[in-house]
Amino acid sequence: MTRDCWSIVILFIALTASLTTSCSRKNASVTLPKPTAFGVAVVESSGGKQVAQTGSLLPQPVVVQVNDEQGNGVTGALVQFESAAGVSFDPPNGLTDSSGQFTTNVSLGGMAGRYQLTAFTFDKSHKRIDLVLQEIALGYQQTLGRRLNDQYCDRCHNPESTVERVSNYDNLEVKPHPFTEGETLNKMTDADLTAIITYGGPALNKSALMPAWGNTLSKTEIQALISYIRAVADPPSRNSGPIYAKN
Amino acid sequence: MKANLKSLWQKLFGDSVRAFGVVSLVFLLSLAIAPAKNHFSEWRHYQHGYLKMIRNRSEANTLQRHFRGGIQQIWLPELGVVDRCTSCHVALKETSLTDVATQPFRAHPVIPHKLDEFGCTTCHRGQGAATTVSEAHNSTLAWEQPILPAKYNESSCGECHRNSQLGTPVLNEGRAMLARYGCVNCHMVKLPDGSTMKATDDPPSLSHIADKTTREWIYAWLKDPQAYATTATMPNFKLSDDDARDMSAFLIANSTPLAGDSVAVSGKAAADPTAGASLYGESFCASCHAVQNAAGNVVGGNVGPELTRIGSKAKPEWLQGWLKNPRIYDPTTAMPHYRFNDAQVATLAGFLEAKADSDLLGSIHLDSATPEQIAHGKRLVSDYGCASCHEIAGIKKPDNFAPELSRIGSKPVTQLLFLPGMPHTLPDYIAGKIKQPRAFSPGLKMPQYIFTATQIDALTTALLALNERANTLPPSLTVSAVPETNYQPAGKAGKLMTDLACFSCHRINGHGGDMAPDLTWEGSSVQRQWLVDFLKNPNTLRPALIRRMPRFNLTDAETNELADYIMTVYQSPAVDRDSMPLSGYSQGDIELGKQLFYGKYSCQGCHIVDTKTDKGYIGPTLTHVGSRLTAAWIYQWMKNPQALRPGTVEPNRAMSDEDARALTAFLISQKGGGKQEVAKK
Repeated sequence: MTRDCWSIVILFIALTASLTTSCSRKNASVTLPKPTAFGVAVVESSGGKQVAQTGSLLPQPVVVQVNDEQGNGVTGALVQFESAAGVSFDPPNGLTDSSGQFTTNVSLGGMAGRYQLTAFTFDKSHKRIDLVLQEIALGYQQTLGRRLNDQYCDRCHNPESTVERVSNYDNLEVKPHPFTEGETLNKMTDADLTAIITYGGPALNKSALMPAWGNTLSKTEIQALISYIRAVADPPSRNSGPIYAKN
Repeated sequence: MKANLKSLWQKLFGDSVRAFGVVSLVFLLSLAIAPAKNHFSEWRHYQHGYLKMIRNRSEANTLQRHFRGGIQQIWLPELGVVDRCTSCHVALKETSLTDVATQPFRAHPVIPHKLDEFGCTTCHRGQGAATTVSEAHNSTLAWEQPILPAKYNESSCGECHRNSQLGTPVLNEGRAMLARYGCVNCHMVKLPDGSTMKATDDPPSLSHIADKTTREWIYAWLKDPQAYATTATMPNFKLSDDDARDMSAFLIANSTPLAGDSVAVSGKAAADPTAGASLYGESFCASCHAVQNAAGNVVGGNVGPELTRIGSKAKPEWLQGWLKNPRIYDPTTAMPHYRFNDAQVATLAGFLEAKADSDLLGSIHLDSATPEQIAHGKRLVSDYGCASCHEIAGIKKPDNFAPELSRIGSKPVTQLLFLPGMPHTLPDYIAGKIKQPRAFSPGLKMPQYIFTATQIDALTTALLALNERANTLPPSLTVSAVPETNYQPAGKAGKLMTDLACFSCHRINGHGGDMAPDLTWEGSSVQRQWLVDFLKNPNTLRPALIRRMPRFNLTDAETNELADYIMTVYQSPAVDRDSMPLSGYSQGDIELGKQLFYGKYSCQGCHIVDTKTDKGYIGPTLTHVGSRLTAAWIYQWMKNPQALRPGTVEPNRAMSDEDARALTAFLISQKGGGKQEVAKK
């Protein structure tokens, strides 16, 4: 009878132990490629300040370059990326190519706002060198604003022409402000922006070339436009919300 | 040992009083588990954390007042929603907390719906009634649907909103792709409103393919469609050399000649080597067809197929026949029947035949086909469901060739076979299946599409919206799509409009493309003489446009037929075109109109009236507007442009009658000084 008791107790302990170990199975340790060279700096080649919807892939990959003391690209240096939870990199790390560059595709997190990405490498003495980039994630309201911008505003407010869409910016006597122009637009309150969109330029003693949109766009649409303008401003607007970065 | 146990037993249960005491104690302890579990619950932990966080904020009092402790619940019987998410996500409605980055304390971003009316799981999925993070967010044995990853969020919009909305670009794109890439040719998609989703890719008939192209080209195309044209919508079936050989053999053997589809034109091509390129440009072929340029960019429209290597595909006689009248080979083609003369056909065909790629077919040598190969090819053609998309003589279009996708968004995860290493969720399964269908089993017939990651996300979003709930929602909760009408103009003019494929670009009465202006009310809008001149020689109205109306080389009789029909039939009830005269406005009105044009309304920002001073590039050039539009249309347009053409970019300025009248007087006086407007290149 006692032996039975003990064997049951032992069995129980063994079961618990095996359960705990199986549940707390250690995360497969990330194996990093072994660097064959080291640089002294990481610089951005392209891909910063992009705009995408929350949770989605940035339109262009992010490309960074590892440089040596002379500013030349270093081949075979290890680059790793990190950011806030929810941001994913494909691939998250790797060695620089023959021109010293490393390319990764970035999906932003699920919350609207700015995401801070950090690309880092180590120099010869294992000192970490960081490069910080920012990307912009648009929520529902900003996405709606962006579509409205594409339809109504972009042709005049965006100086860049494409084959499909020729900009009207250069044709205007008084130049409109591109929506990324944070220095100017951040100084305007939401009420100012609402007034100028609703009643046109003259409402703020500005050019009549900016027409009144109050009878064309609804109040919700005007708010959406303003939230888009706030989201893409550079430098960032105070109202653009928190910056998500690796804790 | 035995003695020890015995004494313990004696101590605890030796007499009835002891036994009662011990049993009571055990009961008390086990009863205490429930309140203790509650006390240490996750939601209570988060609520404490929230109260601690708001304590130091300037608006602490307001936030404190809004705070409700305990389990919170949104209950919406009509939607089947019992959401307790707000027990932890306590501050969803606190707009002052926009600077807070830590979850679960973020304020919810602005959306068009009220949280109390729609709940949380309606859009985000997950298990609403759960009160622990892992049960609410993740899938459990009893609950399959985890929180929807943010990139697929718009799929939830699509459950109720069956129409295309400005705020859901991903969903719109995904839905358009299901039709555009012919997914619905093989996979039936019955929409919740009872209709069946229709494909928009218009794959060509293969019944007369030997007239059009060679067996070598078919072989190369079957092996890798994107090697011929990077923008090809046909997917890659990963065929073996032998299978491609046999299928091409069958398609050629099965093809019957079609009378009149190939002609050798008697006209001579122009001697000038640039004439072909000029004619291609003047005919605005690029509005619909793309060509890959030297830099590798594909430039041009996507209504018709890419023409980068057309010379390697089309037989010269067939191409000439097609340019002469495409409707002989394909009566329903989106290509207009240009009335080219023989010399023009020869010039254009010569230009296109030169667009050849010797690498494409250079290495392909096919021996003449044996009857066995042809028979095998036929079997493969029906096995791969080619007839789901293409018309092929002798092979019936299969019904339900591939699994129906009408409720794919609710497919139980237990019924799915995942690849090793793949997260076990439905969105990952769908995306994986689109990305690499054959990875799931080499025997699967689904071909390999060439999609970007963004396109796969869009398709997955659209497919997730096809679920059980979308199909069972009460109609009062849904927003239905505006279905495409099957409007067809009548009579001789109607035939002419079909022949010219007007509906490939223009929309009339809810039917047709969106590349060119909607013509539903064209008869109220324009003057007849302008329309006649325009049809004979279309010039551009908008300086910045690259897609333009081509010249169809119409006869006078055809032009008059069309003009009469448009002027009579396409009239708006809101505009009586005879209600205002085309001339005779006072100089005072005209002058006032001019002042309003350049001053108060600053129309020169977008339009050009005086080519010397005005530069506006967005709206149509107005130098000849007095010879083009009717005064009544201009007046009504000034009053409210969106009422006449919904979605037009011109803002509604809510003009007074006097202002609208003066501007009409000014604009109608712009008759261009008799000069003909010349198309800018």
